[in-house]
Amino acid sequence: MSEPMAFGLASALAFAYMPFIKMAGMPLISYRMWPGAIVKAMHKRLGIAMERKTFGSAAEGMDALDAQLDAGRAVGLQTCIYWLPYVPEQFRFHFNVHNLIVYGREGDDYLVSDPLFETVTRCARPALAKARFAKGAMEAKGLMYYPVRSVPEVDYRKLIPKVIRANYRNMMQPVMPMIGIKGIRFLARNIVKLEKGKDANLSLYLTHIVRMQEEIGSGGAGFRFLYASFLQEAARLLDNNDSLANASMHLTEAGDEWRRFALLATKMCRGRAPMSGAELSAQLNLIADTEAAMWKSLKGFAA
Amino acid sequence: MEKESVPQDNSPTYAGLRKLLYAVDKQGKYTGVPSTGWEVESFATQTAVSELDRLRRDAWQRARDGRTSALEFHMYRNRMELDTLSATTGLWRWRVRRHFDPQKFAKLSERILTRYADAMGITVAELHIVPAQAD
Repeated sequence: MSEPMAFGLASALAFAYMPFIKMAGMPLISYRMWPGAIVKAMHKRLGIAMERKTFGSAAEGMDALDAQLDAGRAVGLQTCIYWLPYVPEQFRFHFNVHNLIVYGREGDDYLVSDPLFETVTRCARPALAKARFAKGAMEAKGLMYYPVRSVPEVDYRKLIPKVIRANYRNMMQPVMPMIGIKGIRFLARNIVKLEKGKDANLSLYLTHIVRMQEEIGSGGAGFRFLYASFLQEAARLLDNNDSLANASMHLTEAGDEWRRFALLATKMCRGRAPMSGAELSAQLNLIADTEAAMWKSLKGFAA
Repeated sequence: MEKESVPQDNSPTYAGLRKLLYAVDKQGKYTGVPSTGWEVESFATQTAVSELDRLRRDAWQRARDGRTSALEFHMYRNRMELDTLSATTGLWRWRVRRHFDPQKFAKLSERILTRYADAMGITVAELHIVPAQAD
């Protein structure tokens, strides 16, 4: 299964801006569901039963990991990226939601497949323990997960409309106004407010948004291109469905606008363009309009 | 985004790694395209790194002058700030801030010092040292 398909089937596209949750002093901004929610969704939709375990102590967590590896099982782990010694200095921040796969061990060295890298790598036991049990916002508590049963055949015809409807709800009918399309507009308003308040940290804050959008995860533009790729694949699977193919194109446009937003924001931070909260907020509202229109076009998609 | 416009900026922040982006080809079909970096993203990363550097140097200077404790310097050296240090040690923010006072820091119990040292992955002895150089 392709990465975009897995992402789409988990209804993982989202937007959330929660200034009251701080990670490393900066507000929480996310463009997808939390990894835990994605894993749960995969379970529900595909019947891939996931065993999820957290632990009270590092010793207990490492023993359980060893037991799984010795039984020949690869497992997913949630970690704090700062403590992983193989990660280049520039990526090492106290970010607690970094997921990786451990597929074996040789003595005290763990064999790691990290989505950050194109090839596999290794991690020593004490560092891995530290990374799994780092405390703080969204802490992992040693979270370890692995599939225990998978269903061989996926019924895409039934599943695709269902997962798109679920994702529609993420974006258009959020449980809180900081989520979905409303969340994007909330962020837009907040930028204007911070600029008016002459916030000295405005540059840091804007580059933080850009980092959350581009640094985290794969695909670019806060997972918009990844989901657009899923929509295209879904269109093909459903007899070249036109509304899905069109929605893919429109989401690509929204992704391009996100990239434009990043470009604009960094230009202003570098003093290559005058700082304008109004302009940035207009760009975000344009993105919100584009995404909202795309989701509306999929509303009737219930086949 | 089109395949041709996927940036290949050889960003130093990627440290030779490549990241998978998704882009469309001339027929409008999506494919994965590895990117060596985007200058815009690289600037954002560097801004965050240099802010941490600035905070660390500033705390180092104040620690050398005796205006703050070694704790504040080590906090920034480990890329933490008040929120993160408070969360990782389980100590209230106001308590952590109190411990930036050199006199109060000097009187801390071994138990509290160990909590700080463990959170930062250093020893209690190291926690007391303000090195001769900021870097």
